[in-house]
Amino acid sequence: MLSMLGLGSASELFRTIPQDVQLGRELKITDPLAEPEVIAAMEEMAARNTAATKPSFLGAGVYSHYSPTIVDHLIQRSEFFTSYTPYQPEISQGTLQYIFEFQTLVCQLTGMEVANASMYDGSTAMAEAYLMAQRVTRRDKIVVAKSVHPEYRDVAVTYAQHGDTEIIEIGYDEATGRVSGLEALDDKTAALVVQSPNFFGCVEDVKSLADAAHAVGALLIVTVTEAISLGLLKTPGECGADIVVGEGQSFGIPMSFGGPHLGLFATREKYVRSMPGRLCGVAYDKDGNRGFVLTLSTREQHIRREKATSNICTNQGLIALAATIYMEAMGKKGMQEVAEQNAQKAAYAKRQIAAIDGFSIPFSAPTFNEFLVRGPRPATEILEKVRTESGVIGGLAISKYYDDHANDFIVAVTETAKKEHIDKLVAGVAAA
Amino acid sequence: MSITKVTQHPTQNEGLIFERSQTGRVGYRLPKLDVEAANIDEIIPAELRRGDGLADVPEVSEVDVIRHFTRISTWNYSIDLGMYPLGSCTMKYNSRLNEKVARIGGYTNLHPLAPEEESQGALELMYRLQEDLAEITGLPGVSLQPAAGAQGEMTGVMLIRALLDKRDGEASKDRRVMLIPESAHGTNPASAALAGFTVKAIRANEDGLTDMDHLRELCDQGGVAGLMLTNPNTVGIFETNIKEICETIHNAGGLVYMDGANMNALVGVARPGDMGVDVIHLNLHKTFSTPHGGGGPGCGPCCCTAELAEFLPVPRVEKTGERYHLNYELPNSIGRVKAFFGNFGMMIRALSYIYTHGAEGLREATETAVLNARYVAHELKDTYHMPFEADCMHEAVFSHKHQTAAGVHTLDIAKRLIDYGFHPPTIYFPLVVEGAMLIEPTESVGRADLDAFVDAMKHIDREARETPELVLGAPHSTRIGRLDEATAARRPVLRWRPDMESLGKSA
Repeated sequence: MLSMLGLGSASELFRTIPQDVQLGRELKITDPLAEPEVIAAMEEMAARNTAATKPSFLGAGVYSHYSPTIVDHLIQRSEFFTSYTPYQPEISQGTLQYIFEFQTLVCQLTGMEVANASMYDGSTAMAEAYLMAQRVTRRDKIVVAKSVHPEYRDVAVTYAQHGDTEIIEIGYDEATGRVSGLEALDDKTAALVVQSPNFFGCVEDVKSLADAAHAVGALLIVTVTEAISLGLLKTPGECGADIVVGEGQSFGIPMSFGGPHLGLFATREKYVRSMPGRLCGVAYDKDGNRGFVLTLSTREQHIRREKATSNICTNQGLIALAATIYMEAMGKKGMQEVAEQNAQKAAYAKRQIAAIDGFSIPFSAPTFNEFLVRGPRPATEILEKVRTESGVIGGLAISKYYDDHANDFIVAVTETAKKEHIDKLVAGVAAA
Repeated sequence: MSITKVTQHPTQNEGLIFERSQTGRVGYRLPKLDVEAANIDEIIPAELRRGDGLADVPEVSEVDVIRHFTRISTWNYSIDLGMYPLGSCTMKYNSRLNEKVARIGGYTNLHPLAPEEESQGALELMYRLQEDLAEITGLPGVSLQPAAGAQGEMTGVMLIRALLDKRDGEASKDRRVMLIPESAHGTNPASAALAGFTVKAIRANEDGLTDMDHLRELCDQGGVAGLMLTNPNTVGIFETNIKEICETIHNAGGLVYMDGANMNALVGVARPGDMGVDVIHLNLHKTFSTPHGGGGPGCGPCCCTAELAEFLPVPRVEKTGERYHLNYELPNSIGRVKAFFGNFGMMIRALSYIYTHGAEGLREATETAVLNARYVAHELKDTYHMPFEADCMHEAVFSHKHQTAAGVHTLDIAKRLIDYGFHPPTIYFPLVVEGAMLIEPTESVGRADLDAFVDAMKHIDREARETPELVLGAPHSTRIGRLDEATAARRPVLRWRPDMESLGKSA
């Protein structure tokens, strides 16, 4: 082929690149490894992730859940995982149809009217919701609860730092663990942003928060970091939320050290043209056959450039497929059963830990599958002792994010936590 | 080449999962609850629980789900089916080895907030990938946190903004212009806007390269914060003046961001850091073969000069002695762009790709990618209009100019290609070429595939002149014909509802 092009060697392919910017040597990286060598190198590193094999009660936005075998099996079909964004609908109907099903399922679970085809993760979905609320209301003040995931709030600050956004953080009631400080809402507020269950695991009274936001003409943005809770809790939509964002990792997606996960984004129909991200809709061919296409793309960067509703292009397509398969395999019954098991198992652990001398549950609000524990000593010391002596990762010390909570840690208990592991945790905490 | 319409196939008909739902069916098995159950009202009061019983969520069996997705999957074209020459998308083979290693339990079951000493393997993997990407780009500061290309762009221009704000203080507010070629991806201006920049477009000259006079003129107008440049550019041509371009921007007080979408033309041959580029993002889902997955997930690492590194997102993965750790103490950081550390699963796959290829294999992949594109350009240049004469790199741009006289446009050519068993190229991008067709074969196709593709393109050209209605009505071989996108956007139906009889029947 080189000779057909009149070239003597492969290096002549690059003659438009000036010599002084050509590398002129091999890269200083490894020699090629054979398949067994790659596997061995990857397994060797993986083996040093010892946390992956221990009973763990870590949550805080990433959860260990059961995923039906068929989820990972089906997403490995070539037709799904080696295809591109469905810009040619005639040969992408498989992808387009599952996006349509995904959008529908997200609406059903959140109680909202429209959902997009996914965002990167819960944190970036929330950041985009700030910007959307500003567009919708033409106001710039965002009032966000400190009980929203700290890393989500950080990401939103990064996204908003060069715009006109004014971010006000409000606290939580020391007795209940629920949002307080709603007097910060005023007629300049674009949105009130809350999380339910919140970072401490407390289920918020979303209805009254919606009323408070609407009373000043602001939107209510509800963030859901544990999507399994949607199978049991009153939907944010029913409570009056205007935008619901969330993390869909719990829907059959491995924890995978924090990604790839799945950003959920849903809103009211009247705001659809202000939404970020791809949307899939019904379309017909000339014979009246039903199909699906990407639609309302005049909101997006490839058409609107700097005036787009978001810069997002690539999203989490295949992860949205995994979540779709999960939701459909679990179905109406499974989504309720798994949510109830989470609530029951966490309640069991909460009862046991609350009974340990010196330990308490500081917040009184109902919790779903996560709860805050207050110990007699710094939580980092307690958890370190539980880890080294009982071989259990007992939860997350929140001093990492909240300076004034040195003795507090969050325990997450999902359906994958066996009773014997919960009992081991309880015994370990009691001995710590 | 003759086209036979595909025969009727059982997968032609498959409704929405909601249309398959049967009361009482389930597709999962959970263990029984093994703890003493409390009254649910005592855990969560009824007024906080949903009362709709998840109305309309489907009820289907495991085999229903398997058949549903297997059937609809057959409606997709995919890399594994054949050449997928989408320009600027780098649809190369996705190795199964990468899939296998990404599924090792020590990675998939690892919680991002697990203690550092119990996550050393994952941190080492990230560190190693950072080191390799630094060597490949010639830019030593690396963050793997951005989730995709657009987020890598946003991160990159925010680094520029942070440096200018620190360097110039108050005066930085007078330096808010980001120069972007009119041929750039739409994500570039959208990302620049997020960093608070206003955009000025740079013209291209008749050779498809940055118009240096226009660049200097824009720089002379002042206020230039930087330049966002794709190289090779979006018409597939290397910006030969890259060093001078970077110098011009630097002399004007700005910085250069390079969009790494087209790095598949450069890996192992030339490095952005050696060209004068200050910051670049890479698309692991393009250049480093992680699957596109029908639209994502991606991974868009940002690589920058030592000077910009203090502004990279927190946390950064660092190594002290033999221990890997996360550094959150970076006071000048632009902040987090994503919860946790990025799309870690994609990092595993990318490192596996690098290990498999090694230095030599990466360079050979680049050579083959460029050779394949050059071959397509050579074979089609007499049939399709090529707007630029310069040697193309890993992708070649054509237009429909020779076919429009017969009423045939780029869209029609693209749809007709489907009948010949190929995915169409990227069409109508870049916007600067009227009726553009941007063809990127990648290194994952051999001579026989390239010849078949060239043959198909030549047949379509002949059809355009002899039997244009055949091309205008394409595709003829698919389950569904061209869809009415205008009506879909005017009256959007974005979800299923039980009362939607008007949705009509699946094709």
